Amino acid sequence: MSQAEITMAGHSHLMEKPAFSVPAKKMAMWLFIIADSATFAGCLVAYGFLRNATANWPRPFHSITNVAIMTFILVTSSLTMLFGIDGAKSGDKAKALRWTLITAALGAVFAVLHIREWLALIDEGMTLFKNPWGTSLFGSSFFSITGLHLLHVTGGVVALIAVGLRYRGGRYNADDLEITGLYWHFVDLVWMFVVPLVYLLNLSH
Amino acid sequence: MATAQEHRSNVGRYVTVYAVILVIAALQFVIAYSGGSGPQMLSRMLILAVIEAALALLYFMHLADNRGLLWFVVIFTVFVLLAMQYGWTDAFRLSSGVPWAK
Repeated sequence: MSQAEITMAGHSHLMEKPAFSVPAKKMAMWLFIIADSATFAGCLVAYGFLRNATANWPRPFHSITNVAIMTFILVTSSLTMLFGIDGAKSGDKAKALRWTLITAALGAVFAVLHIREWLALIDEGMTLFKNPWGTSLFGSSFFSITGLHLLHVTGGVVALIAVGLRYRGGRYNADDLEITGLYWHFVDLVWMFVVPLVYLLNLSH
Repeated sequence: MATAQEHRSNVGRYVTVYAVILVIAALQFVIAYSGGSGPQMLSRMLILAVIEAALALLYFMHLADNRGLLWFVVIFTVFVLLAMQYGWTDAFRLSSGVPWAK
């Protein structure tokens, strides 16, 4: 127990109750999630505007098998994260660490598949500023939105490994793992909007 | 926070919600392949995405267990969406030139 926690425990009757009965660290994560949601919402609304206002918007995706597999992996990683948190809450450290690292591994697989997809599109001549199918705005918006999401996934994988290892070492507790899990579920939640808007509506028929 | 002794496992509920989210995601892919007009597909897919997101928020992120925080998030989200709606219409006005263009 840290000095701050000892002090808090001794003077808890004098302290203001946390908002919504949520611990401060968890509340901070929720505020971050709300702010980050606004960032992604801004990107997706701007994307929708560009797509709607541009006549020759390309529909380059012939197959969405890769994105279907990526979706399956990311949603499954949310479930494995929950198994990890469940283990931590029940005091089973080994189970918590195992499922947290499995979640990180699934996140890494998602990132690899995403980069592989990017490379395939780059091979076809798509960059930030041009593509062989239509308006150059497609490349900029596609790489910006999926890149921002990929950055979140990569950060999440690093955070899961770091928090998982510190949890094993006793520096972090089950609440810290749960808070990291909130971030990971948020990354999954954003993907639920990116897939229909960026991929499925650009499927060539 | 619940201690290890008090903790009740919710694994069954998590697996059920996970399965429902996967089914909804599969429906989105079916809609994409079945074709249709752009606005129709967009609205159907977005409705499904909102349901998926709501399930994730309520059960994966445990908002269902904390009504105060749930209202806080809902009010904030509605505020952001309304603000975006203002920006959206403004952006259309810019693209069409109205009210400056003749």
